Order: sequence, then structure tokens, then C-alpha cells
Amino acid sequence: MERKLDLDSGDIARCRDAAGAIADEVLGFAANRTTVSIERAVLRWMGVEGGDTDCIPLVNRVVDAAAAAGLLARGVALPFASAVRASGLTPSDAARAIAERRLSLVAPVAEFEDAARATARSLAAAGSDRVRHTNRTRQRFLERLGEGTRPLLYVIVASGNIHEDTVQAKVCARAGAQVVAVIRSTAQSLLDYIPEGATTEGYGGTYATQANFRIMRDALDEASEDVGCYVRQCNYASGLCMPEMATLGALERLDVMLNDALYGILFRDINMQRTLTDQAFSRKVSAAAGLIINTGEDNYLTTSDAFDAAHTVLASEFINEQIALRCGLKPSQLGLGHAMQMNPWREDMFLYEVAQARMAREIFPDCPLKYMPPTKHMTGDIFRGHVQDALFSLASVMTGQGIHLLGMMTEAMHTPHIHDRTLALESTRMIATAARHLGDEIEFKPGGIIQTRARVVLGNAVGLLEQVRDEGLFGALANGRFADIRRTPEGGRGLEGVVVKEPGYWNPVEHELDALLAQRAAEVV
Amino acid sequence: MTTRDDSPARAVSGLDLHAVGPYGDTLGDGIVQVSFSLPVPAGPEAREAARRLAVQMGLNEPQVYHEADLGYGFSFWILYGKCRHHVDVTRIVVPKIDTAPLSFEEINALVLEKAGRRLRIVGACTGTDAHTVGIDAILNMKGFAGEYGLERYPAFEVINLGSQVSNATLLSKVRETGADAVLVSQVVTQKDVHLSNLAEWVDMVEADGLRQDLLLLCGGPRITHEVALELGFDAGFGAGTTPRQVAAWLAQKWVQHLR
Repeated sequence: MERKLDLDSGDIARCRDAAGAIADEVLGFAANRTTVSIERAVLRWMGVEGGDTDCIPLVNRVVDAAAAAGLLARGVALPFASAVRASGLTPSDAARAIAERRLSLVAPVAEFEDAARATARSLAAAGSDRVRHTNRTRQRFLERLGEGTRPLLYVIVASGNIHEDTVQAKVCARAGAQVVAVIRSTAQSLLDYIPEGATTEGYGGTYATQANFRIMRDALDEASEDVGCYVRQCNYASGLCMPEMATLGALERLDVMLNDALYGILFRDINMQRTLTDQAFSRKVSAAAGLIINTGEDNYLTTSDAFDAAHTVLASEFINEQIALRCGLKPSQLGLGHAMQMNPWREDMFLYEVAQARMAREIFPDCPLKYMPPTKHMTGDIFRGHVQDALFSLASVMTGQGIHLLGMMTEAMHTPHIHDRTLALESTRMIATAARHLGDEIEFKPGGIIQTRARVVLGNAVGLLEQVRDEGLFGALANGRFADIRRTPEGGRGLEGVVVKEPGYWNPVEHELDALLAQRAAEVV
Repeated sequence: MTTRDDSPARAVSGLDLHAVGPYGDTLGDGIVQVSFSLPVPAGPEAREAARRLAVQMGLNEPQVYHEADLGYGFSFWILYGKCRHHVDVTRIVVPKIDTAPLSFEEINALVLEKAGRRLRIVGACTGTDAHTVGIDAILNMKGFAGEYGLERYPAFEVINLGSQVSNATLLSKVRETGADAVLVSQVVTQKDVHLSNLAEWVDMVEADGLRQDLLLLCGGPRITHEVALELGFDAGFGAGTTPRQVAAWLAQKWVQHLR
């Protein structure tokens, strides 16, 4: 990576050191805990699918039964495998039998423990086989069709109806979209279960379900063939079901998932113990499944001023990077988030935004970086909005961003209409083509506005990260260091789903993940 | 702000306010631009369909200036035409916020002198709405557009419940705190979810017998004062509202309420 900003490498190293210490604190905390959602993810990995007659997912019924029997602190896998072995049923049928109290969930007696462990290992290994198969399928698509030029153009669909979404997605793919994200129904992040089945109603988005993932995957595979370019599917490994979402993503060939260490805590008031524990497991799943994760620090700038709070975004990128690397993700899997959110009427705003975008590019040279378009200063004046989005596209192309979220002229008005996206794709492709090698031709004036701005932001990030390291991440969140929002370790939703592990806790999926990660680490990416 | 020209509004010469229509470059030309997609592929028949639709929309001499096939059976159209309809502007009455603009100091003085105590304000983003940008801009200390939020006013005690608060939770919080006014923010408007949620809130307050003791406000980018009144609120605040406008309204309405 050519260095154009004259950034202080000592400052970058100090940031990584502090973020590394913060990541160690978080992962040390998570290592001693499990959550109801991690245990449900284990069951999904082991092959449990479907819901009961009230559409409550079977994995919830089994984990609730395990919690009621006091079994969770040692992990659900062993008692569940014992039930599968004793009954001779498939994992889903055994789960249904447990839900209907036809089969009891108990720790195996000593005599049968080894056999139950063997069953658990083979169910977990079957899940790994599915994930390996999914990875290979994606790899073959990419080898055969390619991914197109970068930045990857990323659009959202959000009609509420998965079947309507597939139509929109295919039209987008034809117009040049390389990533299609299905925005979830508002408040799904706060559900402590994943709804079942194909869904046709949602508010502000479409429910993320296993069936919907498959339906969209099929549509995008069809579109990929039509346009001769692999179109990636994106959804959310976030909220209370983060580990399960990552697991479904791994099984159903999602390619990109939103997954942020702090987003749920700050913006959805999810308990920090819960989400940080879920985070560690879900990142391992994403790492093993070859998913790209997109982090969400760009959201800080929707509540804080984008000029004043620029360093909080950079600081969070360092934290997300350090946690992710420790969970086995490779830099090529890290879509670290940032955004163009400054007031467009600020003098030299474009220079500051270019400084920020180029700075992230130089500090995280091997990460794709997820660049988010203006939303905060979009007004409903669609003509002005289209110009703001054009500025954004130019900044993105000239600073070498990896994943480019398309700005919509109708941002702040409604979820995009079919032509909003095609117009955005057309204009962005035009700018990307017209300015393809602009970045290579540019050098920044030494000590000029852009270099100075980048150095100041980096310097401020050093200060913030060292402060957070000294306070501890939990303390820093309580003190409102990110997005001006304060959260306490006991506050927020989902704390009741956190369980401190007992000696003897056993999770065969974790062992499978370690094996998959070791295998991936040996591969060249 | 964003416009350079702050010349005063004045009547356009030759205009008949009883019959006002769109203006392109000549008074009375009626010029309108429309764009839309059709669920049919682009082509001569689709072009004629787009044109006929424009005629039915009330546009004379519609011209298709752009057509694009979007694939998978869809097409996109940009047309111009001459609107044949007019409105009588002299007959239009729109309910507006009628309270006087007051300064930070005047608001505090009015409340503390006339009411003799701080007003207790509860705010929330209700229903499934997770977008707190609006309510935070009005309530939080930091404020919006260079003005302090209501938390900064000595005249107000603010309880901001944040996002995704159910109407039931909000009601119990209102009872618990003895609130004087409630601000409800609604940003997500897909399929008019905000309207049903706001209507439900007013119904619940009335059913609970609290309506006459409370000032009910709502706000959001798609909210107007008129819609708010129709839904049974005392006021509605739309996009671009500053905290001081809300504060001035609260102070004056509460003093009226005391009388």
C-alpha cells in the first residue's frame, strides 16, 4: 500500500497495542461464558431445523428445556446428543420430541457418556461438512464467474416480502450490484429467536429466516448466472441471535454479514455481556465459513458529529480488527465500517472525507473496508441527494474502498424503490469507470489539509483507545465514549441469557470450528 | 443555510390565486415532471402505456424523455407534461403551530413563573421504531442545529425512554413519573405503521383517563401538525423542527392549560 498521508506509524502501533489489550479483555470475559443463543447455534450446527406447532423454533424449545433442567452451564450438546442416541431419531425429530415432552433432556449417565460424546461429535462433524460444502460452492462460483471489479457495489432490498425482494435483487444484479443485503424487519434484533419459514410481511425490512436465506440464495444464484458475475448475499449476524445468524449464514451460503462488537450495545440497548460473548462465538463461525463481516462503526456518525467524532470510528475499527483477528478471521474477511456523514455544506468537507477514507485504507491495507453513503444529511430533495451520493462515490473510488454501499437519492424517505437502486447503480458505475485510476495518480500535498486532517484523527484515536484500554471496555461504554451513548454492564436486553460456564462445559462445535480454522489458516487467501 | 437568496416572498405578477398550477418557465404552462417504473419491459407498447398513464394523471401533451429496460420484466420512465388542474389557494386553510417563537430565557421564565415548577417531559420512539435521531435531537442536552435540547432547559425535567418502547410501557412510565407532556417520535413509516401506532397511543391515553392532564406531541420526518391533530394529538412537528420550537410550544400551551 502506497503511503500518501505521511501517517505516524508509531501512532498506528499504539492504536493496535491498545485495541489488542481491549480485545484480550473482551475475549477473556467471553471465554468463561456461554449464552442461550450460542447453545441454540450449536444445535443448528448439529442439524436441528424447524419450529413447533406455534412456530417457536425447536432450538429454542430444547435450550429452554436445558435451562430449566439446569444443564446449560455445561453445554446443551451432550444431553441433546444423548437424547438423539437413545431415541434413534434425527436431530430435528429428537428436538421435536423434546419440545413435546416425549423425550427427556438429561445429562447422560456415566456408562453412556462416551457414546453420547461420539454422537455429538459426529453431528457436529456433519455440520462442518455442510459448511465445507458451502465454502466450496462459493469458491467454485467465484472461480467460474468472478466477483467483478472493486469496490463491490452493495445495495439493500427491504420490501418485507421475500418473494418481492428476490425480484428487486435480480433487477439490481442486472444493473451491476455485486452484494445484495436483505434489511431485516425493524426490531428483529431484539427477538430472542429466529422466526421460521418464508415470510411475506415485515416493517422496514424482511425477516431473516433460514427459509428466506435459501430463497434469496437461489434467486441470486440465478441472477449470477444471468449476469456472469457472482452476486453475494448479505444479512445480519447481530442482535440477540447473533451466533445463530452467523451459523445459518455459514450453512446457507451467505457471503457477507453485518457483525459489530459494539453496535447492538449502543444502538439496540442489548446487554454488553450478552453481545460480547455472542460476538466471540459468531466471529469464529464467520471465520470458519469464509464470510466477510461488515462492522458498524459508521453508525456512530448518525448520532455524533461526523467531523468531531471521526476518531471514534477509527478507534472502533481497531477494536473490531483486533477482536476479529483473534477469532480467526483473515484481514480479507474484514469489511471495517466507515461513512461519509459530514455536513455537505461544510467548506472542504470532501477533502476531510477523502482524508478519512484514505486513512482507513492505509491503516487497514488488506481489509476490504465497508464504506457507507450519506444518510444523516439527506433531506428528501432527491436531486441534491443524487449529487451528495456522487461525491461519495468519487471519494470511494479514488481512495480504493472495497465494499461500497450505494447511496439512495430517496434516503430518509422510504425503503428504496426499484428505480432508486438502478439509478444509483448506474451513476456509481459511471463514476467508478470514469475515475478508475484516479487514486493511483494522486499524491497529497505534504502538510496540506488532507494529510493534516488524517494525522489529527489518528492522533485522537490513540488518545481514545488508550483511555478505553485504561478504563476497560465495559467502563468506557458506561462512560459514553462511543456515539455519546452510555450503557452499563447490567443494563440492556438479554442478560438473563448469559450463563457462566461450569467446569466440564463441553461444546463439540467449538472444536469443529477450531479444526476448520486451522484448515483455513493453512490455505492461502 | 443552504439558500443564498432570502428575498421576501411576494406575489408573482399576473398570478390568479384562484387557479394556481405548476410553473416551468411561463405562467400557466403547468409543467410537471414524473418518473416511475412499470412492471412491463421497455418497448413501444410500454412507452404508450407510460404516456397514457400520464394523461390519466392529468397531464396534457405528455412526452416520454427517457426509457430504460430494467430487466426481469421492468422498465423505468421519465416524462414531462402540462398539468391541466388548478387549485384555489385562497380557499386553503392549514392548521399550523400558532405559538410565538420565544428565546431560551423567555421559555424558562414563562414556565417557572407561571407554572411555578418544572414541567416533566417524557419522550420515546415507540412501537418497533429504533430510530432515535429525532427524539434525541429535540431532548438531549446537545440539541440540534445549534440549539440546546430540552434537557438543557431549567424549565423542563426530561425522561428520554429511547427506542422501541411499547405504548403500554410508555403509558405506565407516564403514570409512574406524573408526566405533564409526552413526545412520541416516529421515523419508520413503511406501510403507514406510524399512523396506527400513534392512533393506538392516543386511544390508550384516553381509555386510561389521562388525556386531559397531558399534552401529547408527536414528531418525525413524515409528521405534520395537521396529521397530528387528526390523530388526536395536541401538536405535531415535522422535519427540521428545532428544540426551541418545541420548547416554546410546550411552555405556552402549558400556561394556557393552567388557565
